[in-house]
Amino acid sequence: MAEATLNSSGVVDHEASVASRRRLISRIVIYGLLSGFALIYLIPLCVVVFNSFRTLPEISAHGLIAFPQSFRLDAWPQAWSDFCIGGQCEGIQRYFWNSVAMVVPATIISTALGAINGYVLSKWKFPGSDIVFGMMLLGVFMPGQIALLPWAFILGKIGLANSVYGLILVHCIQGLSFTTLFCRNYFVGIPDDLVKAARIDGAGFWRIFYKIILPISPPILIVTVIWQFTGIWNEYLFGVVLNSGANQPITSALVALSLNGTTVRTYDVMSAAVLIGALPPLLVYFFGGKYFVRGLTQGAIK
Amino acid sequence: MASLTIRNLRKSFGAVEVLKGVDLEARTGEFIALVGPSGCGKSTLLAMIAGLETVTSGEIYIGDRLVNSVAPKDRDIAMVFQSYALYPTMTVKENMAFGMESRGVPKAEQEQTIARVAALLQIEPFLKRKPGQLSGGQRQRVAMGRALVRDPALFLFDEPLSNLDAKLRVDMRTEMKKLHQRVGKTTVYVTHDQVEAMTLASRIAVMHQGEVQQFADPDTIYNRPANIFVAGFMGSPSMNFINAEISTAGGAPAVTFPLADGGVASLPLHDGVAQRVTDKKVILGIRPEHLSRQDPGNAGKPGVATMSAPVEVVEPTGAETMAVMKFGELEVVGRFSPDEAPRMGENMPLAVDMTRACLFDPATTRLI
Repeated sequence: MAEATLNSSGVVDHEASVASRRRLISRIVIYGLLSGFALIYLIPLCVVVFNSFRTLPEISAHGLIAFPQSFRLDAWPQAWSDFCIGGQCEGIQRYFWNSVAMVVPATIISTALGAINGYVLSKWKFPGSDIVFGMMLLGVFMPGQIALLPWAFILGKIGLANSVYGLILVHCIQGLSFTTLFCRNYFVGIPDDLVKAARIDGAGFWRIFYKIILPISPPILIVTVIWQFTGIWNEYLFGVVLNSGANQPITSALVALSLNGTTVRTYDVMSAAVLIGALPPLLVYFFGGKYFVRGLTQGAIK
Repeated sequence: MASLTIRNLRKSFGAVEVLKGVDLEARTGEFIALVGPSGCGKSTLLAMIAGLETVTSGEIYIGDRLVNSVAPKDRDIAMVFQSYALYPTMTVKENMAFGMESRGVPKAEQEQTIARVAALLQIEPFLKRKPGQLSGGQRQRVAMGRALVRDPALFLFDEPLSNLDAKLRVDMRTEMKKLHQRVGKTTVYVTHDQVEAMTLASRIAVMHQGEVQQFADPDTIYNRPANIFVAGFMGSPSMNFINAEISTAGGAPAVTFPLADGGVASLPLHDGVAQRVTDKKVILGIRPEHLSRQDPGNAGKPGVATMSAPVEVVEPTGAETMAVMKFGELEVVGRFSPDEAPRMGENMPLAVDMTRACLFDPATTRLI
């Protein structure tokens, strides 16, 4: 009996070691593949980061893609405040602040409106509310360029052509279908009984929104804010078509920067400028990324 | 005075009519149970009383005020939901205070009321906790507490015990009854559990297919059910229904039906019923507990009929023993005390308490 037990356990040991070796190999393959892909995605960022710290002569000597042999910070302050874009030699700071002035109100307003829309479309349904939602959903799939001409026309009519306020309006409206979709889908998961109980408790439309719905909603509000912030910051088409000169957001100004080069291409300064322009979304990703994933996968109430 | 009066209430969702003319009334302090299988319209009826569903036609009065188009918050009601519907981001105390805050009750009064209700329900230890940190039974108490702080004219309960496990449900049922006796508020209680309805309510409305089948006190519902549906729905195991005929062959009127051995059972009718029978065909309804083993003590008694039937299945539960017997083709359940319980395969001599038997009209299914 004891022998049999020993024997069989020996067999088990052998099988177990084979299985664990197989497991190890598959782990190595998986990690290898994932690291490879991560590297491919990271290379452009690395190249730009390296170039922002290299000297121009070094870049011309060794090419754009090479390990840095020098390190200096000069390109960053130049890009921020001295560099000439379209005849204006004050760097990209103006455009950076334009973007900030555009993205902050547009994000807040579109998220707030999306939350209210979602609240109505999920908890205060009215005849035809599903049709309204379906129509708003269409906006999610509509390419922005379709709206370019109408927007140019409308902004001209209401006196907001070539202004940051005009872009705020555009991004609020363009973002509304996404924010509404996010919030509505999240709110649908909140039990209707909560709203009914609150109605019997004497709370009205707004009180239920502030006191019951919003306190449950940080996960989806974070998702919406991150989505809107990065989306609006990185948006380029409306910025370059609707605004010009000193009123452009940073993404559009960066293009002007590359069109500048009648003389030597200043790859170091351009790299620094691109990175400054990419910094806010990157920071949002580093600090908010995990909340974004969590908010998207998490239901309202377990 | 009536706290709640409902007249010819109807509700349609599109072409589907879920309530077909309901009449109901609750006297002040009364405990009314709405009971029925799922889809019978009982929850819709409650939601309409609460003002959460619109009225298609008919009238709802709370006190003597017509509330058909009054907002839920102005109906002077409080409601406990099946899901409890506790606000998840608020503490127990904030949950209880929310309604009073919405109505602008002064802070000091809020504190007093919460302290009083928390003591009544013994939930003081959890006042600072959030609903997520409470067990099912504790949440249930908090939900009741939130209703109690309102001190309304009418309490509405929507299957409040159905999310609890079996043992806790029985405990909470008793507590609910004690609470109602102490608070004495008019209560409308929706449940699909006939035991809850029987134990708690002073009157029960049995609903089926959007209609109130019978509205009466528990004793009448159980012993004089208005029709076959009510008779079958209330009581567990269900009442036995036997297709039978009235015969006056032996002089006194009796119900007869074929037996498994080819013979015919003839059970003499109780006095009063015989005169009301107009047709030959009837459905005889006998509750399981009205069958017992024949012995010298019960066999000769007036109103007790005797017969025998073969036993198919015996199910002891400890306190009592259920047995399935064959009355002809029909399976009939009897409920016996363990010491008189039948054995498998026995041809059991039965005493049938005909004073408690019900006769139904096969055409209308109504009680005769």
